Amino acid sequence: MIDLIHTYWLYFLVGQYPNGPLGGLALTVLLAALALVLALPIGLLLGLARVSPFRAVRWPVTALVHVVRGIPLLMVIFWAYFFLPGVTGHQTGQFSTMLMALVVFDGVYLAEIVRAGIQGVPRGQFEAARALGLGYPRAMQRVILPQALRSMLPSLVNQFISTIKETSLGYIIGLTEASFIAAQINTQVFTRATQVYLLLGLTYFVLCFGLSRIAHLLERRLARRAPVRAARPSAAVPLANESNA
Amino acid sequence: MPRFDLALMLHGQYHDWLVTGLFVSLKLAAVVFVFALPLAIAIALLRLAPLRVLRALGMVYVEGIRNVPLLAHLLFWYFGAPELLPDAVKERLYAGNFEFIAGAIALTLYTAAYMAEDIRSGIRAIPVVQFEAGRALGFGFLATMRRIVLPQALRITVPPLISQTLNLWKDTSIATVIGVAEMMYQAARVESASFRSAEAFAFATAAYLTVSLAITGLAAWYHRRFPVRTI
Repeated sequence: MIDLIHTYWLYFLVGQYPNGPLGGLALTVLLAALALVLALPIGLLLGLARVSPFRAVRWPVTALVHVVRGIPLLMVIFWAYFFLPGVTGHQTGQFSTMLMALVVFDGVYLAEIVRAGIQGVPRGQFEAARALGLGYPRAMQRVILPQALRSMLPSLVNQFISTIKETSLGYIIGLTEASFIAAQINTQVFTRATQVYLLLGLTYFVLCFGLSRIAHLLERRLARRAPVRAARPSAAVPLANESNA
Repeated sequence: MPRFDLALMLHGQYHDWLVTGLFVSLKLAAVVFVFALPLAIAIALLRLAPLRVLRALGMVYVEGIRNVPLLAHLLFWYFGAPELLPDAVKERLYAGNFEFIAGAIALTLYTAAYMAEDIRSGIRAIPVVQFEAGRALGFGFLATMRRIVLPQALRITVPPLISQTLNLWKDTSIATVIGVAEMMYQAARVESASFRSAEAFAFATAAYLTVSLAITGLAAWYHRRFPVRTI
């Protein structure tokens, strides 16, 4: 197993880079990070639409969320593969296809995290903001979202873990991410599939488990701060704290 | 581009392929569910066991499985694990319907890890005095679990378990990587045979959505019929 790592570690980490396109584990992490960053604004908008007071906004987005959550990610990838060339006018590569599918899929899942975060903020906060004369957008922007987004932080890290795991589906459309590279190494050494795929699993495990510990730490830190906020029910005090921080 | 013509998928050969795929998907999900649920209960009990060694064992299982993508599990069970067997057995396996078995094993182990966590948090939601009262009345660990804790935990646990089943349904699609002839596999097959991508994908999407909505509806019904009692 050691000689396997010794021979192939660089190939597994970056693919054929710098003599070819970036691949391997680096591509996995890059793709997941990019997808999550691009999905964030979409998730925020969709999440706000999900709690919108206007039915015309709320209903179509609710329908979209239910449809996307009802089908597998692989289905979204197949649709992206089919639609993207028609939209952009030329053949799209595996990376952009995978990225678009992940952005749509994650955007919808993030929307639910945002919605839960907004609905988790006590109703009195919103009413107090409105009573102080802030309009709906301002109350959202200044009072609700800062509190909601903070409580979402652990969920965001967890979503990043899910996204890393989801990038493995790039294998199916021939994207040279970690799983694909592992399969290629397997065909090269041929007789040691058990070790190759164990190492692949171990790599994902180290990456995702490490991140999940970070999410856990964040959760604990947030839980420690929460009682302070609860002890002072006045809305003005935590707001003042936040602007200082 | 040819006109969108769903009728092509509603009868004839392509229709038969797609429907076969749908039934393989359903069968896979059903088989996995039947095996994963008892395994999940066992692992949840392991994670709550009085012995520290057993608890650690349960945790290693859950964390080890959940932090690795399902695709890597599938690749391991299909390509990796048979490597450990003697050649004769291996050949027999690959000659048969091994992709379905490997897919079922990977999905069962994967789903069970998630279900175990739902069951565990359901059990933990029951106040510990219920457990202590059971023990004080002379029930053993297992009897207390079966007669006092689990019946109460069930109402809390079933809704997340149903949503885990929805995840399982969607996850069956990934089994296509090892060649299980399920819905996604047949949709891709129809696509390459007919170049009717939109129609084939529309059929598959509708099939996935229908089953997903049925599972979601079941969850909503259960939630109304058996509301969680606040203890």
